[in-house]
Amino acid sequence: MAKRIDVKDLNLFYGKFHAVQQVSLSVPPRNVTAFIGPSGCGKSTVLRSLNRMHEVAPGARVEGTVQLDGEDIYASTVDPVQVRRTIGMVFQRPNPFPTMSIRDNVVAGLKLAGVKNKKQLDEVAERSLRGANLWNEVKDRMDRPGGGLSGGQQQRLCIARAIAVQPDVLLMDEPCSALDPISTLAIEDLITELKKEYTIVIVTHNMQQAARVSDQTAFFNLLGVGQPGQLIEVDDTEKIFSNPTQKATEDYISGRFG
Amino acid sequence: MSTDTTDLTRLATPPTFQSVSGARKAKNLTATVLVSLAFAIAVIPLVWVLYTVLQRGFPVILNADWWQKSLSGLLSRQTGGGVYHAIYGTLVQGLVCGVISVPIGLFVAVYLVEYGGRSRLSKATTFMVDILTGVPSIVAALFVYSLWITTFGFGRSGFAVSLALVLLMVPVIVRTTEEMLKIVPDELREASYALGIPKWKTIVKIVIPTALSGILTGVMLALARVMGETAPVLVLAAYAPYINYNLFDGPMASLPLLMTSERNNPTDAGFDRIWGAAITLVLIITLFNLLATVISRWLAPKTK
Ligand SMILES: Nc1ncnc2c1ncn2[C@@H]1O[C@H](COP(=O)(O)OP(=O)(O)O)[C@@H](O)[C@H]1O
Ligand SMILES: [Mg+2]
Repeated sequence: MAKRIDVKDLNLFYGKFHAVQQVSLSVPPRNVTAFIGPSGCGKSTVLRSLNRMHEVAPGARVEGTVQLDGEDIYASTVDPVQVRRTIGMVFQRPNPFPTMSIRDNVVAGLKLAGVKNKKQLDEVAERSLRGANLWNEVKDRMDRPGGGLSGGQQQRLCIARAIAVQPDVLLMDEPCSALDPISTLAIEDLITELKKEYTIVIVTHNMQQAARVSDQTAFFNLLGVGQPGQLIEVDDTEKIFSNPTQKATEDYISGRFG
Repeated sequence: MSTDTTDLTRLATPPTFQSVSGARKAKNLTATVLVSLAFAIAVIPLVWVLYTVLQRGFPVILNADWWQKSLSGLLSRQTGGGVYHAIYGTLVQGLVCGVISVPIGLFVAVYLVEYGGRSRLSKATTFMVDILTGVPSIVAALFVYSLWITTFGFGRSGFAVSLALVLLMVPVIVRTTEEMLKIVPDELREASYALGIPKWKTIVKIVIPTALSGILTGVMLALARVMGETAPVLVLAAYAPYINYNLFDGPMASLPLLMTSERNNPTDAGFDRIWGAAITLVLIITLFNLLATVISRWLAPKTK
């Protein structure tokens, strides 16, 4: 079940360092939102605050609210482990578990949550791998280690692993930046496919990619070194790429900096 | 305008590659000689020791009795008998030490890497582990003697030896486990958290299995090391020429203890026993090292 995200007055800190300032935006369900902007402007930091991964870093702090279908994920009664189950994440570098087979990688989330039924796990593994467009490539070697796949396959394995726990939202942090163009295309197709069922937020360095896959684009920028990153504007992708409100957005998109 | 033809035939730039200068050749030769010499100095004694132990001890251990009998009832000049009582002592004292040390070392290392961060307790623990690593085995033995035997009133026994070995083994296990846990990439931890797996389960099911091959190698090497320790067995266990299965009571032999005790025996029989025990100990330790290699190959994360 895809859900909507509402971020309000979000401020993010690493210890004393104010990394991101005053972000407010909404992500509708079954929609792809792209975060673009120069390196170090806090795209990853904002993304990681959406499933409470930000606080994993030592000294990291969050102010403001993030709501998932109206429910504040930072409320004191909320268990971050539950939040992460509901909001999955795919990382920049493919990170399959090296000690596990392909199958076990896919069902790791369920298995470690205590699901033991072998038949059910096999079904989930197949469904998730089909969902990640990887099934046909790995169905004959499910017991092989996940580390033996190519980079693009590993990243799709990680996507399969993330969707195997049936999250409501999928966060992706530059999922294609370590991949070759063909694998990148495969993942972009997959994102378009996944959009039917999930709310997706994707960080990307690649403007064409943002234009190709996203419905909505948020542009982040850094006013200066040591200053907090800011959300400059967020709008429909078409509007951002054709007729942005802010000068900085236009400069960035036309490649004048960043 | 010059009409000088030599100017036209001369190369515009000097050749890119020149032959190696004499000075550099000389330096190269000196370095090669020095490195080879250092290698020889390091290896010759090693080979020599191995050769002596093999040459003197090998004939002794070929006898099946060596592995199946004790020295019970034999006079010091009588040849024959075996050392299975001492092998038993060495193995049992080492294994009991391992059973106690491994969980302690593992928990301490997990605390230091996964939970401690830069807290004061974690810094203090690291400092203590550093100091413990440098404690000579005789000091560990005397400490256990004063605590276990003088203060608590227990007798000298194999178990007291195990306790002293624990003091020597724990810091080694903490150190190697810490190193192994540190090289598990944070990305794996994050991947696990992002699946909604709690931290403790991430450590037990993802982090430790990934580091397991290295951890077990460390444990095996540490075991091999403490089994050769002599000071604790000298101080904490009396020698017995017969088998004693009871770790908690009575004298108990072990290979290092047997060797030191037979040093007082000037006969050929004593000579044989010492070299036989030496090669037996070397073999046991080699076996543990081999086991470490096999385990680490077997458990190491595979890609194929
Ligand atoms: N774990 C961390 N500890 C301290 N500072 C961090 C950490 N991660 C990122 N930062 C800082 O936060 C800022 C934003 O980083 P990030 O969100 O990774 O940027 P982006 O993904 O847009 O390139 C940068 O200045 C970066 O140095
Ligand atoms: Mg980033």
